[in-house]
Amino acid sequence: MTELTLGKALGAGLRQAMLDDEKVVLLGEDIGKLGGVFRITDGLLAEFGAARVIDTPLAESGIVGMAVGLAFRGYRPVVEIQFDGFVYPAFDQIVSQVAKLHYRTQGRVKMPITIRIPWAGGIGAAEHHSESPEAYFAHTAGLRVIAVSNPEDAYRSLRQAIASDDPVVFFEPKRLYHHKGEVDLEAPLADAPPMGLARIVRPGTDATVLTYGAMVSTALQAAEAAEDEGIALEVIDLRSLSPVDYDSVAASVRKTGRVVVVHEASREAGLAAEVIASVTERCFEYLESAPLRVTGHDVPYPPAKLEKYHLPDLDRILDAVDRVLDRPHSLTGADV
Amino acid sequence: MSPQTTPIADAAQDLELSERILAPDGSRTPNARLDSYVADVDAPRLRALHRDMVILRRIDAEGVALQRQGQLGLWAPCQGQEATQIGTARALDPQDYVFPSYRETGVIYARGAQPGDYVRMWRGEEGAAYDPAALRVAPLQIIIGAQTLHAVGYALGIRHENAPEVAVTYFGDGATSQGDVNEAMIFAASYQAPVVFVCQNNHWAISEPVAVQSQYPIAGRAPGFGIPSLRVDGNDVLACMAAMRWALEHARSGKGPAYIEAVTYRMGPHTTADDPTRYRDEAELEAWRRRDPIARVEAYLRASGELSEEHVAETQAAADAVAKEMRAACLGMVTRPPLAVFDGVYAEPHTGLQRQRDEYAAYLASFEGEA
Ligand SMILES: Cc1ncc(C[n+]2csc(CCOP(=O)(O)OP(=O)(O)O)c2C)c(N)n1
Repeated sequence: MTELTLGKALGAGLRQAMLDDEKVVLLGEDIGKLGGVFRITDGLLAEFGAARVIDTPLAESGIVGMAVGLAFRGYRPVVEIQFDGFVYPAFDQIVSQVAKLHYRTQGRVKMPITIRIPWAGGIGAAEHHSESPEAYFAHTAGLRVIAVSNPEDAYRSLRQAIASDDPVVFFEPKRLYHHKGEVDLEAPLADAPPMGLARIVRPGTDATVLTYGAMVSTALQAAEAAEDEGIALEVIDLRSLSPVDYDSVAASVRKTGRVVVVHEASREAGLAAEVIASVTERCFEYLESAPLRVTGHDVPYPPAKLEKYHLPDLDRILDAVDRVLDRPHSLTGADV
Repeated sequence: MSPQTTPIADAAQDLELSERILAPDGSRTPNARLDSYVADVDAPRLRALHRDMVILRRIDAEGVALQRQGQLGLWAPCQGQEATQIGTARALDPQDYVFPSYRETGVIYARGAQPGDYVRMWRGEEGAAYDPAALRVAPLQIIIGAQTLHAVGYALGIRHENAPEVAVTYFGDGATSQGDVNEAMIFAASYQAPVVFVCQNNHWAISEPVAVQSQYPIAGRAPGFGIPSLRVDGNDVLACMAAMRWALEHARSGKGPAYIEAVTYRMGPHTTADDPTRYRDEAELEAWRRRDPIARVEAYLRASGELSEEHVAETQAAADAVAKEMRAACLGMVTRPPLAVFDGVYAEPHTGLQRQRDEYAAYLASFEGEA
């Protein structure tokens, strides 16, 4: 076991993937000498050379489109989008090309492309640097969507994403880049749980909190606070947003009967809506109350000084927990 | 240094500015730049190119007919562009890889497409009409310009492997306005990728004339990206072949990308859903009829005593035979069963989709045994 930050764990994952398969090439803005604006690719240029760690012109559609061509040629490109808010110029290449080529060609053309996106808010960043675009991609057939929440997961799932023959949009919570955790660098990938599985990060019996990314730690804090009041929350890190591991989710909901979904992306047509609809379809008769969402508001990501009002926090989560448990609750008092 | 402006060409610049070997009347004009690239094209080879163009025109006509008869949802005709497509595609080596747009029927023909390959996508049977690895042609691209980036990425792979191959991409004059095409040129130049850009300037992007996309000869843009270019008469099969050989040689020898603008004309509608009479002059069409790419080769061969009536008849018969096979392949297509809609979305199992597939399978099964 080695203690690593989430950022370093990602770097270690990239390095290992490049050692494992020489067809793995990295593409992105500033990923070479600089090591990326978050230094995730630090040292990789020196180790693997400019043919495998490719500094690109400043053009996101170009980067992803190039990756498509490299995939045609048998490579496994790993793309770094500098920030979440800059993926939109590449949206067309991702949803129209990367996602569809396997289907269009009856599986004859594979797109084993990993698109890494430093993601979401909470770091006081400038405009366009705190976006949560995951629902756009989870809505697109042909893509897998992964969101990591801790160093161990980051190291392992990134390697799994790169090894996958499917394209993976890989969200890295930049708020957690410097968070540390134990990583088993030696564990064989084959022994790891599949990339698509959810994980119970804290077992409990009273209500299920479903979340992912940086919100996992917020949900854990809420669970600790709830424990003081004698409530045992089960916190599940979804980890995979497409596919969602509904078997694990449903097992938990059948146990607790109560559901809160937390994400910082805004609410309308977001992932929480999808997760709740699916949970309702599968476990309606087990539900003791209507599932609730705790999300960012339906507003553009607010300026840094206001983001604390946008991001779900411990209190908003606890308020929703009170409501699904039919307890008197603090914040709104009103029905949704 | 005092500021200097780059001169803008006369927007009304005309075709005579482009490189040519065979004039519309079939006379052969010496071309110091291009002649050496087609020195080996003797009468039998030229007859073969002529034959290709005649067959392509027949395939294209059959595509239109099949669409009119309700057999295809859509067809994108390429009549008038035979010289560009055949001339450039016949210059390729088998191992080169092509990233086409939807209009490149002649290019896939030259790459060895099978009769059904022309129609499978337009009929709506499969997303891609053929096996890309077999033809070494990526699936026909509908998103304007997207494929140019794919070609550059592919070419970057070629470069890393020091392979003697070249990636080639085809696109229209409208596509040159797209960000992707401009990004592709930047990436190609930055990495000196072995890629050839072929812009088929057929003068129209649906109803928008080329002047809406460009106030400068399109080939003139490439040097601004650091890419050498040639502007050729796209209705002159020899000039197209020569230009492509120049471009391929350039790319293959490690000198990086090359760019060709083939100035041609789309004689028919943009697609079978289009009505060009709403935006296009009959006089313009008439002028282009006089530049027909097939007629000019015929005139040349005839004047040099190299076109027998037998050859003409045999070529027409061959074209009819190909069209017949294409029609038979089209009409004989069997649509895949309902659950095939789920096939091939992912390379590896996806539990969400698996569940939907199972649900739909159960739903379908519930009808079994019903009268
Ligand atoms: C991104 C995108 N925008 C719009 C369209 C609709 N469309 C299809 S063909 C076309 C015109 C393309 O013109 P050009 O690039 O000159 O090629 P041509 O069809 O003339 O061969 C348009 C606008 C599209 N397919 N893709």
